[in-house]
Amino acid sequence: MSGNNFMKLSFAARSENEAFARVAVAAFVSQLDPTLEQIDEIKTVVSEAVTNAIIHGYDGRPDGVVTLEAAIEGDTFSLSVSDEGSGIEDLELARQPLFTSRPELERSGMGFTIMENFMDAFEAESVPGGGTRLKMKKRIESKKALFN
Amino acid sequence: MSLQVELEQHRNVLIVRLKGELDHHTADVVRFKMEDAILRGRCEHVVLSLKELQFMDSSGLGVILGRYKLVKSRGGKMVVCDAQPSVMRLFELSGLFKILSLHESERSALASLEVVS
Repeated sequence: MSGNNFMKLSFAARSENEAFARVAVAAFVSQLDPTLEQIDEIKTVVSEAVTNAIIHGYDGRPDGVVTLEAAIEGDTFSLSVSDEGSGIEDLELARQPLFTSRPELERSGMGFTIMENFMDAFEAESVPGGGTRLKMKKRIESKKALFN
Repeated sequence: MSLQVELEQHRNVLIVRLKGELDHHTADVVRFKMEDAILRGRCEHVVLSLKELQFMDSSGLGVILGRYKLVKSRGGKMVVCDAQPSVMRLFELSGLFKILSLHESERSALASLEVVS
């Protein structure tokens, strides 16, 4: 792959956009020729991050905006998912497996664990009252990436 | 993206076939349909048949865990069959496979329940 490629997408924080977001990112990353398993992992990660922004960031308020930024640099795929919602008070606690701040919504508390497991690098930045940004990276060792 | 929920009652067992994508957006449909069928049909056990479930995320784990608790509180069992590799991975990562027994087909899932009922 010569040069870097990127995309940016902003959309309303509505649950019907969760499927749209994961399909859009999967289509973008497909140029690295990932395996089906890698595509499934990336779709799951996008779904977790966008769902968190909708449920926790905006508490279901559909006027919120979720922004996805994805980039391809060599064989590395980077993804950023951000919102300008309520932010996370305690990031360490939020990252604990099975922790959820909304047990009444039947959340499994596995979102962060899944994102950390399915990606190679994971960072979260959050300002209470100012929003959250999740930044992740994954190396796609495809045939295409090796030959270019 | 949509999700289809197909329900079939086989004696005291409710068979739930999920087709499509199970996420936060589609989780409510699964919750309402299963709850209604379990309570109205007086089903004791549930077989969750996932052959055609193409996608699931942690919202799916949440809704499955919630229905598991309902079935268990009524003295029943919930078993899963025919899950795709990506769905299996989430069951493994979350530890859900420790409480839900996994089967290769609806037939073997039903057979396992007929022994306990």
